[in-house]
Amino acid sequence: MIADKTYLIENVLKHTDKIKLSPAVQQQMRLLRSDENDKPLVFVGAGTCGLGAGAAETMDNAKAWLSENGIEAEVIPVGCIGLCSSEPLLDIKLPGKKRISFEHVSGEKVKGILDKIFAGTLPDHETLGQFGEQESQQSWEGVPNLKDHPFFKPQLRIVLENCGVSNPVSIEEYIARDGYKAYLNALKVFGREELCDFIEKSGLRGRGGGGFPTGKKWKFALGTEADQKYLICNADEGDPGAFMDRAVIEGDPHKLLEGMAIAAYAIGASKAYVYIRAEYPLAIERLVIAIDQAKEYGLIGKNIFGSGTDLEIVIKKGAGAFVCGEETALIHSIEGKRGMPRPRPPFPATSGLFGKPTIINNVETLSNLPTIVNKGADWFSSMGTATSKGTKVFALSGKISLTGLVEIPMGTTVREIIFNVAGGIPNGKKFKAVQMGGPSGGCVTDKNLDIQIDYESLVNVGAMMGSGGMVVMDEDTCMVDIAKFFMDFIQRESCGKCIPCREGTRRMLEILESITTKPKNRETHEPLARFKGVLQIEKLGRVIRDTSLCGLGQSAPNPVLSTLTWFREEYEEHVFDKKCRAGVCKNLRVYTIDVENCTGCTLCAKKCPTNAIIGGRKQPHFIIPDKCISCGACEEACNFNAVKVS
Amino acid sequence: MRSEIQDILDKYPSAGHDSLIPILQQVQEHLGFLSEESVVEVGKFLKMPTSKIFGVATFYNQFRFTQPGKYHVQVCRGTACHVLGSATVLDEIEKNLKVKAGMTTKDKLFSLEVVACIGACGLAPVISINGEFHAKVNSESIKTIFEAYRNREVVS
Amino acid sequence: MNFTIEVNNNKLSANKGETILDALQRNGMSVPTLCHMKGLFPTGSCRMCVVEVEGRRNLVTACSEPVTDGMKISTHSSRVIESRKTIVELLLSNHPDDCLYCERNGNCELQKLSEDLNIRERRISGQKNNYKLDVSSASIVRDPAKCILCGRCVRVCEEIEGVSAIEFVGRGSKTFIDTAFNHGLNLSSCVNCGQCIMVCPTGALKEKSHLAETKDNLNDPNKTVIIQYAPSISVTLAEEFGFKPGQNIIGIMNAALRRIGFDYVFDTSFSADLTIMEEASELVHRVKSGGTLPMVTSCCPAWVKFAEEFHQDMLDNLSTCKSPQQMMGAIVKSYFAQTEGIDPEKIYSVSVMPCTAKKFEQQREEMTQNGISDVDAVLTTRELARLIRLHGIDIHKLEPEIADSPLGTRSSAGKIFGASGGVMEAAIRTAHYLITGKEMVKFQVRGVRGLEGRKEAKVQIGELEVGVAVVSGLQNASLLMEEIKNGRNDIHFIEVMACPGGCINGGGQPIGADEEAIRARMTTLYDIDEKDAIKVSHKNPYIVELYDKFLGKPLGHKSHELLHTHYQKREIK
Repeated sequence: MIADKTYLIENVLKHTDKIKLSPAVQQQMRLLRSDENDKPLVFVGAGTCGLGAGAAETMDNAKAWLSENGIEAEVIPVGCIGLCSSEPLLDIKLPGKKRISFEHVSGEKVKGILDKIFAGTLPDHETLGQFGEQESQQSWEGVPNLKDHPFFKPQLRIVLENCGVSNPVSIEEYIARDGYKAYLNALKVFGREELCDFIEKSGLRGRGGGGFPTGKKWKFALGTEADQKYLICNADEGDPGAFMDRAVIEGDPHKLLEGMAIAAYAIGASKAYVYIRAEYPLAIERLVIAIDQAKEYGLIGKNIFGSGTDLEIVIKKGAGAFVCGEETALIHSIEGKRGMPRPRPPFPATSGLFGKPTIINNVETLSNLPTIVNKGADWFSSMGTATSKGTKVFALSGKISLTGLVEIPMGTTVREIIFNVAGGIPNGKKFKAVQMGGPSGGCVTDKNLDIQIDYESLVNVGAMMGSGGMVVMDEDTCMVDIAKFFMDFIQRESCGKCIPCREGTRRMLEILESITTKPKNRETHEPLARFKGVLQIEKLGRVIRDTSLCGLGQSAPNPVLSTLTWFREEYEEHVFDKKCRAGVCKNLRVYTIDVENCTGCTLCAKKCPTNAIIGGRKQPHFIIPDKCISCGACEEACNFNAVKVS
Repeated sequence: MRSEIQDILDKYPSAGHDSLIPILQQVQEHLGFLSEESVVEVGKFLKMPTSKIFGVATFYNQFRFTQPGKYHVQVCRGTACHVLGSATVLDEIEKNLKVKAGMTTKDKLFSLEVVACIGACGLAPVISINGEFHAKVNSESIKTIFEAYRNREVVS
Repeated sequence: MNFTIEVNNNKLSANKGETILDALQRNGMSVPTLCHMKGLFPTGSCRMCVVEVEGRRNLVTACSEPVTDGMKISTHSSRVIESRKTIVELLLSNHPDDCLYCERNGNCELQKLSEDLNIRERRISGQKNNYKLDVSSASIVRDPAKCILCGRCVRVCEEIEGVSAIEFVGRGSKTFIDTAFNHGLNLSSCVNCGQCIMVCPTGALKEKSHLAETKDNLNDPNKTVIIQYAPSISVTLAEEFGFKPGQNIIGIMNAALRRIGFDYVFDTSFSADLTIMEEASELVHRVKSGGTLPMVTSCCPAWVKFAEEFHQDMLDNLSTCKSPQQMMGAIVKSYFAQTEGIDPEKIYSVSVMPCTAKKFEQQREEMTQNGISDVDAVLTTRELARLIRLHGIDIHKLEPEIADSPLGTRSSAGKIFGASGGVMEAAIRTAHYLITGKEMVKFQVRGVRGLEGRKEAKVQIGELEVGVAVVSGLQNASLLMEEIKNGRNDIHFIEVMACPGGCINGGGQPIGADEEAIRARMTTLYDIDEKDAIKVSHKNPYIVELYDKFLGKPLGHKSHELLHTHYQKREIK
């Protein structure tokens, strides 16, 4: 028999304060966790990234193979384990054997792998590792433990603990993994204020970017008298280059729900919202299932487990606006308004959603709570640096060997993450910088690779923790172009309310556009404007930072100011030499005509908008560099591959 | 006459202004876009001025006011995608479809939209066609992808 | 509780709960503002009022930041000034450079700020957004290119008028203010009140001008051009010429109008008296015959359109009387034309109104007789001032003259129409006479005077206790109408004006008046009432004559044809 709802409520959830469950119950828990199994189990990493890499086909082919071979086995879609670049991932757990993982299992590889494994042998490629911690199970010989994989070894997984391992839509499995124990214990053991104190003591700080101590923030709302209070989970992960929240919700929605329940109890909120991007349909789908399950178990609803505590959780789909990451904008959005921030005070903790005390915590912050309650504040604060405790999830992407999600203890160096965990820069290219904190952050260069990651150290080098996006850039990345990219993003995503942000970011973008473009007309003031632009941009940046209404505007100039600090010479090259060393800025490219290939057909000269190409008919043509605006029309026109770009 | 969106509105018996965005999302899911008539109707239902609803709808990236193509192409312009060349990908798609971002092809087959990060940075650059992801695309693979969609039409 | 704060090294006292801006203004200090609107919640959008507060990393906005004890503030440090300057430069960076041609040249807040901040060159230049001019409305022209998105128009439209015809559209640097689906004001719920113009700091909003047509007709020898002016014009026009607020220059205005070339100069206060005759009679009739009550005034065209859109179930409550402007127009092209022997088609009838909605009213289908408009052109107070300047008239050197007879003579009851509560008071005076056959002992009805948004009073008329309410600002009107719909029945008569405080604060009045100025205008109107001999409309001898010679009796057949109207439900998009 497999434990059902009544069994779990009576034997597990009602005894969360017991130190040890009976051996019979423990056996049930092992089965639910798939640490032991009667039937073979096949797990497919089916997060958004897995599916994007073809996991659906992998899953279909696995099912087909099993039915063709008459094997009764279960195929379980799981979330993302973090190793996106190795997707699709496929795990197999044969009864009595340890769970074993394979990487790059695209549809056509499924048969080969399953053929071998079910025959008890290993395939030649694609083996990633096995789950060494399943001690009661027999090991696969010669297969390393997954935890010893260089990608996983330096990690310490609290938030990501179950991601990619457990079935995200099984509350039973979550309960078997100590799920909801923290919440039910908190209801029993802690008073609200005590719980706030406890979390404050743990040193947990907001993982959404600001880094405000979570327990302290809760106390503002707890201390405000009101007939209704709200908790909002901010899952509007708008930072381009960050996908932690998506992966956490897709991989372990119950952990988030439990964290929300704990936080809601601490501040006395009986209603909670998850504000999640509509662009994350899979995460929403899994969250909806998880909420229904928790309701069915009486973990959400009225008078939860007889505690007298009520909780309702509502999902609100964000309609796409980066600025809604800002607390007051997010509140306006839930209220059905344009997501424009308002001045603070009053702070949401005293007057927020519908004018009631409201606490907004980010997904990662909330997902930390169950483990902190279970393992203790001291345990949590023993990790990390003096000011930043616990772990941090980072999303690694860009010019890096292994892309994906990692959770590392605070205090780890940036170098460790990039060169050890993620395997460094591919294709033998040189590391240039890593952008941290998204459009509000800045870059960390090789000069600062050895800083220990915490909130303060990153700010000191002009970057920020942000929500945890790390986009790695190599020598082929143009830093002026990156600054331009962020400015373009920010000026589009600015809410348009306050003048410095609305007009200022647009002007900064225009200045960056002008220095990444050759002046079209030398007679006008355009060339002068390019020079003046660079003088302006720093000044403008400072005023925008100093006067903008909300955090988005105040941090908007950061990518420019940061790249200007570390890569000033690249800016100067663009302005003075009209040259982009990375070859990214199209409009600064140098075009020449290869006399060998040129047939003198005159087509390029006819197409050139500035009459920069000269040459007689049937004679090789030439480009006058001073007149060329690098539009590329000649390259497109040439049928003989005679136009060269450098 | 019972309007097309009445079924959606029926689901919100005691709706306040905070139901506006969910209602608009459902209307768009149903119609493919927000028609003027639907916005007026939602306004009457919620007792909100149409101008306010228009203001809200134009604020968020999600809402559009014209019918999208049969295949709605979303090009991710997140940081990771940018670093790995999504600008070139976008150029290529614009050339391939002969429309600019924000427009629909003349045969109404494709509409092209540039979207903020879709959170699949590990697969950058990414495009999504009617919700289906295409990972690590480049100028070459774009051609094949769109050819495949066009061929589907010829077959059906 | 009192705090001590330190501003630019001077100690000041501040009250708990007030903002830095409140504290500064109370102490006679100022910082520039753009988006700030007195009495409304701060939005903090323009950032002009930033100040430096010791211990704060960023600059803070004085309009939204509450004072704290011991706060040290610097309002004009170089960091603050540079920031403000940059903000204005940013606004100028993509602003159309057409100040010389702009309606608001010399009267523009953006221009003044850039002058005050000593901006002498374009340090930042930016791409201009392409916007279309919205000329669709009969009353108001919108030029989004000049808009600096302070949001004051959006707020006044929503929070004061309850109309919400316009809203922020789009996001980021592409944000602009527009109507739903960019259809233009004429198809929106806009009631043409013009309060948006009054709060606009730049030339992004202005009236649809009728100056050109007016001048053309003045130059046409075949046209008899008559002009009427609303009761409030004589107490506001002076401000356009540098007089202090509240100066009554009616005689000088008459003289100026004749210099410009108007053939006849009439006073709309006369037709205000006529309105009272009809309206008071209608009220008495409704009360006596069990008609629809409460009766609501109909002289404010913005309110009429508002009711047609948002309170369609109350259209029967509206008085059927045309407004004084339209009554004057109708009488001019009938009685006056007849007595003077002028072909009505050769009369060009101009009015000067404190109002932009009157331009819309004048074009309503209902406001014509046999295809001839009652009124042909409507000028705002501002346009009249422009016309006077255009003709090179130095009003300081004019001798006062009186308006033409018979349509230029009024009682003071007609004059107080210009202030919120004035129509009510004038109507009560005449209704009292109609019901009891006696004049009131004291004519003043103090309970309906003043600038408050809602005033209510009980008035004893003989045996009858009449409940009256006066509201200004259409949001206030809406609230009251909802109460009525919910069963409130102690009110018999309601006066509604769209503009807060009434026509003296109308959307066509001089720009830049503060509450003090509006109060001064109101005081002048009541002073005139105090001093005048004839304080009731029914004693205006020319009104009596008009009924004797032409109209017969109030609510009679002729009145019905010329002076009353009907309303239409309007679909709002």
